[in-house]
Amino acid sequence: MSVQPSRPDRTDATVPARAGAGLKAEHVEEILTSSADIGFFEVHAENYMGAGGKPHRQLEAIRDVYPLSLHGVGLSIGGEQPLDKDHLQRLAALNKRYEPGLFSEHLAWSTHDTTYYNDLLPVPYDKATLDRVCEHIEEVQDVVGRKMLLENPSTYVAFEQSTMSEIDFLKEITRRTGCGLLLDVNNVYVSCTNHERSAETYLSEFPIGDVGEIHLGGHAPDVDDAGRPLLIDAHDREVDDAVWPLYEMIVSQTGPLPTLIEWDNEVPVWSVLLAEAQAAERILHRASATGLQRAV
Amino acid sequence: MDLPEFPPKVGVGDFGEALWNPEAATPPGLIGPDGLTAPKRFNVYRNNVIVSLCDALEQTFPALQNLLGEDYFKALARAFVVQHPPKSPVLIWYGSDFPDFIEAFPPLASYPYLADVARVEWAWVQAYHAADVAPLDPAALGSVDPNVLGSIRFEKHPAAALIMSSWPVWDLARANRFEPDEEIRVDLDRSQSVLIARPEFDVELLQLRPGGDVFLNALLSGATLGEAAALAEGQVAEFSLSDCLSDCLSIGVFTDLVTA
Repeated sequence: MSVQPSRPDRTDATVPARAGAGLKAEHVEEILTSSADIGFFEVHAENYMGAGGKPHRQLEAIRDVYPLSLHGVGLSIGGEQPLDKDHLQRLAALNKRYEPGLFSEHLAWSTHDTTYYNDLLPVPYDKATLDRVCEHIEEVQDVVGRKMLLENPSTYVAFEQSTMSEIDFLKEITRRTGCGLLLDVNNVYVSCTNHERSAETYLSEFPIGDVGEIHLGGHAPDVDDAGRPLLIDAHDREVDDAVWPLYEMIVSQTGPLPTLIEWDNEVPVWSVLLAEAQAAERILHRASATGLQRAV
Repeated sequence: MDLPEFPPKVGVGDFGEALWNPEAATPPGLIGPDGLTAPKRFNVYRNNVIVSLCDALEQTFPALQNLLGEDYFKALARAFVVQHPPKSPVLIWYGSDFPDFIEAFPPLASYPYLADVARVEWAWVQAYHAADVAPLDPAALGSVDPNVLGSIRFEKHPAAALIMSSWPVWDLARANRFEPDEEIRVDLDRSQSVLIARPEFDVELLQLRPGGDVFLNALLSGATLGEAAALAEGQVAEFSLSDCLSDCLSIGVFTDLVTA
């Protein structure tokens, strides 16, 4: 479905089933002058919550030419307290101003009491948390006035109190709230490695019909207390060799989906980030060819 | 058996408390794949929280980091983060009380100029993100009836800030951040005031001329042009009204003028 933008000089809002990249201020000029051939850009909403200045000017210029995905990192949907109403209004205002084709947040918490922890902290998968997360997502969708995508987390610990699997938890959320899912394939690999589960099995059970966007990013290897592999979702390097086949496995089933390369730390020069997006796009092309064969 | 009947419930409050305190035990109930409590795994979260917030401060206060050195800055930032965690997920607003924290930090008592350098850097970030408002056209002053010129007041631009200091903050900020390639000799016996503004999209810094800080401070506190000029003339012999006013107008300190 095509969405007509409110400003005539702005490109269509719809995020295509292509590869995109996380937008970094230092790349903006090169992107615009080279008319980079890329499907879309994604920004962290919190970086554009200042009143004005260069960040907004750059984002306006990007948005004129490219579709946008707005990705919140600070709403604390998994928190125990009510959502921050001011923050929700800021998210609604950004949605209105930039007309992003996709809007997403995380299954995580980051605020408790008055403290913001600046990390995506894990939640237990139990009924009380499920009820709360669903209420919060319904509130988000009401206030922002659109469907949101919820991202699966990368986790380092599990909660002994959890009574359901992450997959069942996510399925129940989409069933109750009608929200979509942002499938972060790197997070799947990180979490499954960390909890000694099979990423292939996880993905085979994932409700792929609800996926509206895919994330890919790099992780850093470490070891835990017992010397077992512990992967850290660092977004500081190329997508791992183990993650690409998982990605291909998913898109060969779903067909092409908007796919974002996340690279937030140790940010490389634009050409390196673009090359990662192109690598994802080659896989999307293959997926679309497979889909055509299936259709015939 | 003294095993609990139900698995321990970990509230976000317990989780959060343990994040700040590196000595605190990992909340029981947070486990690894073997079902055992996993301190090293929990430390990943601890590390993410502290390091990412220290990084946020590092981005806002690079001159300070340069003055203190990377290791000292990290330790200082860590002490601040634990005592003053952010209250908003919008981190461009994080660090407003860092200058006061530095001023009151006993080990840095013999470096009293650091807090003012931090104030310049804080004002810079706020100016960078301030609302887009067209500054007052300098020509507007020409259309004011000369008989009432002394009674006009100015409205401050949202990006504008004045940092009055007893220390050479202009030179310190330039040498450690804004003009790192210039050879700047910092003389700690000098006092300098810095004006920060954003006429369009680039933040600009300007050293105020003699008396300019007294003059602008009075204007920003609501004094009329005549009152502010008289105050500055009374305190600083070399004060030049026309030079100081044109400095302010040239970098967009005001949005409007109000005639009485």
